[in-house]
Amino acid sequence: MSTSSVAAAAPQPTRRPLWRRLLGFNLLTAVILGVGGYYLGWWIGHLINGPSFEYETATDENDVALLLGYFFGVAGFLIGLGFANYPISRLLGRPASLREKESEGIGRYFGLCTDHKVVGLQYLVGIGVFFFVGGLNAMLIRAELLKPVPTLIGPNQYLSLVGMHGTMMMGMMTSGILGPFANYFVPLMIGSRRMAFPRIESLTFWLLMAAGFILVSTIFFGGFPTGWTGYEPLNDQAVMGMDSYICFFALVGISMALLGLNMMATIITMRAPGLTWGRLPIFVWSVFATAVLMVLAAPMLIATLLMAALDRTIDTSFFVTGGGGSSYLFENLFWFFGHPEVYILALPGFGIILELIPVFTRKPLWGYKLAVSGMLGVALLSFFVWQHHLFVSGINADLRPFYMLSTEIISVPTGFIFLCFIGTLWRGRISFTVPMLFCLAWAFNFLIGGLSGVVLSDVPTDTGLHGSFFVMAHFHYTIMGGLIFSFFAAIYYWVPKMTGLRFNEMLAKWHFWLMFIFFNSTFLPLFVLGLKGMPRRVSTYEPSLQGLNDWVSISAFVLGFSMLIFLFNVVYSLVFVRRPAEANPWRSKSIEWQLPTPVPVYNFAKVPVFDHDPYEYGTPQPLSAGAGGPQTAGAGA
Amino acid sequence: MSQPASEPINEPNHALRFTLVWLVGTLIALPLVIWVIGPLIGPGNGSDAASDQGTDFTVLAALATPVLTLVMLYLAYAVIFFRQPKGGVLEGPAVRGHARVQTAWIVVTSLMVLSVAVFGTVRLESDYGSGSGSGPNPLTVPKGPKLPVQVIAQQWLFTYRYPTYGGVETTELVLPNEEMVEFHVTSLDVVHDFWAYKLGVKADANPGVDNVAFVKPTKLENFTVRCAELCGIWHGYMSNAGRVVTPAAFTTWIHEQQKRLAPATKVLPKYSKTYIPEPSKRAEPE
Repeated sequence: MSTSSVAAAAPQPTRRPLWRRLLGFNLLTAVILGVGGYYLGWWIGHLINGPSFEYETATDENDVALLLGYFFGVAGFLIGLGFANYPISRLLGRPASLREKESEGIGRYFGLCTDHKVVGLQYLVGIGVFFFVGGLNAMLIRAELLKPVPTLIGPNQYLSLVGMHGTMMMGMMTSGILGPFANYFVPLMIGSRRMAFPRIESLTFWLLMAAGFILVSTIFFGGFPTGWTGYEPLNDQAVMGMDSYICFFALVGISMALLGLNMMATIITMRAPGLTWGRLPIFVWSVFATAVLMVLAAPMLIATLLMAALDRTIDTSFFVTGGGGSSYLFENLFWFFGHPEVYILALPGFGIILELIPVFTRKPLWGYKLAVSGMLGVALLSFFVWQHHLFVSGINADLRPFYMLSTEIISVPTGFIFLCFIGTLWRGRISFTVPMLFCLAWAFNFLIGGLSGVVLSDVPTDTGLHGSFFVMAHFHYTIMGGLIFSFFAAIYYWVPKMTGLRFNEMLAKWHFWLMFIFFNSTFLPLFVLGLKGMPRRVSTYEPSLQGLNDWVSISAFVLGFSMLIFLFNVVYSLVFVRRPAEANPWRSKSIEWQLPTPVPVYNFAKVPVFDHDPYEYGTPQPLSAGAGGPQTAGAGA
Repeated sequence: MSQPASEPINEPNHALRFTLVWLVGTLIALPLVIWVIGPLIGPGNGSDAASDQGTDFTVLAALATPVLTLVMLYLAYAVIFFRQPKGGVLEGPAVRGHARVQTAWIVVTSLMVLSVAVFGTVRLESDYGSGSGSGPNPLTVPKGPKLPVQVIAQQWLFTYRYPTYGGVETTELVLPNEEMVEFHVTSLDVVHDFWAYKLGVKADANPGVDNVAFVKPTKLENFTVRCAELCGIWHGYMSNAGRVVTPAAFTTWIHEQQKRLAPATKVLPKYSKTYIPEPSKRAEPE
């Protein structure tokens, strides 16, 4: 890539009237083309499927039409955003601009923008919206479980809610930290001016948004009954809403694989001079380990879902027993992706926590190499444990001791992270800021999540617990207690940098304490319910369990209310009050805090040179801007 | 460990103090876990598998307790003693690691993990799968006479066939006390899961698969059978009742069933380990 074309794209002409600015490659065009594409696909589907599958069209059950509709809809959406411009220009031999929309005002947030900081903010808002949709589903699930018999919603709607909640959270939140925070801060932390593939970076975000919309659209097609795991042959049997699940997860898989590839390429090739692997911030290491998992695991998901889609549309029988397929095949393929997926969710959380605690204990990160090997160890081992989800399925039963061992071994590298956490806190100077509170809560929650995993990794005890609320409580402790708490730690820590505005601290503390207390009050009793034999994903349960279930539901509502406090804080602090944040409120020595706010489009006027890692705390030298940081960091634009 | 100049000299010996706190905490928690909480968890003593699972729960919980107290008490200790004074800007000691602590941690956690894995494997195989679905050819099979019972799951009910009694198919699961039962779990449509909580049995029902689980009931009681794998809209309702009765009562009951259901048994498909289902279809057109 030549630098001359970069310079050519820089200045923007005078402001045009609003209607003129709405024309062009932006979200509005994308939505129009997306809807058009959807109806085109729907029409083609009915055209080719009509005569031979008459009954399907008669009852409006046409998987081909819906999948084609989604396909053309997404294609139209991406073309409308301008993703086709670059390849078409190249095909026609015209020079293509390397940077898109970087200097436009608010408009750059509504289209293809190659500025990684814009993409980071897009991700934060976009994922946030779907996180709240998923959370709302959880509230409805808990409302239904107030009574042991269905009262509010029918069993079909209940299963759709369970499926949407699980799929939304597992799908969208895979990029929950890599999307907003890694896209925004990895280039800054490694002293780069951009990501390796800025266009792909934007593509991953818009694919995810299209996917989220597709998942929500399942309610128009009857929902899906399988939960987030999509097990066959129930998958094959389900109504059209299942296609939304397939399409959603396939798009998430594509987005994930591309995001991981982009992160790997960026971290490997674009580090500034002097930033050796041993000086990389630990957060970047966690992003790297996650990216490896994404690249290796996500294609498996895409392939599996393609097979499922073929089973549903053209009657292949990969997973249909009567036709020579096997339900085991789906379970194997799905969990071969599904278990690394769990660590895709957990690992960035480890990185956030270990990145933040040195700042708030005023100590260097304790056991840097141990933390790195812990993350890489978890990433590697996560590919060898998937059959622990299938201990009672009868699949490869003789291999269960192996999977028991591999699953339990994975707690050794996870233990490294805890040791580094413990070591960094040791004789530290902890200041109880909101991000630090979330970090401490992470350790509390993740410990419970991890230890409850020990009884699940043991086949005899798992026999009683598989498919029960115990499992549900376990993974909510690791994913919500691990990922979401670190996600909020990152929000309170970094959003002042991203927006230049500060949060109301009292509201933030209320959010934390309500969330922490009622998270535990919600999920601890679920362990008990599981031990008492309550299965997952049911809307009916034994009347004797109602008391505990009501307790859980009410706690869950308060937990949901704590999220509303957060939302209120976002609107109140960032939209209405708009108090500017200090340049470096946490006195961090990491390079991103040495840069001006807002960070200039090119990040660095001069590429920084690193001669140490960002954890130079605890040394007697006085703290001043740039003194501990890298040389020549943060020249103004 | 080098001390920065700002560090107060009269810092207490935190390592010693915390070790004492941890030891005391563990000594209080461990008996509670073993003798109070342990017996409460687990499916009870309805069968050999259920009792063994209860023991395993207690052992694993006891092993996890020192780890739990270590981290939880440490968090509390750190929050109380390792504070930044109000409005202070003190720096902590610039310690970046401790080779001996790290090595010890790796060794201890690895040993714990290996012992848990060995314990689990021994318990699993010595207990014939401990009530779990162990596939068509389980690695370890109990010696002596066994009562084969086939569990057939379909949307959304369970039926049971007794191949040694003419392949009679019942809607109620009745088992003789103190006799080894060999469940053969299979499905006619989607994936289900046969879960008899009180017996400590759980085995997935896959179409076209014979999933074997062994269990010996040890208590005369009624129990509930539930589906534990999401299988469609009436999954939450897919349950029925079972009983453990004396061997004599079982014989009477099964002969009664054989006589009563003889006309139905005649038209049933021949007993088989699996029943390959038709490719699953959507609702047919009217």
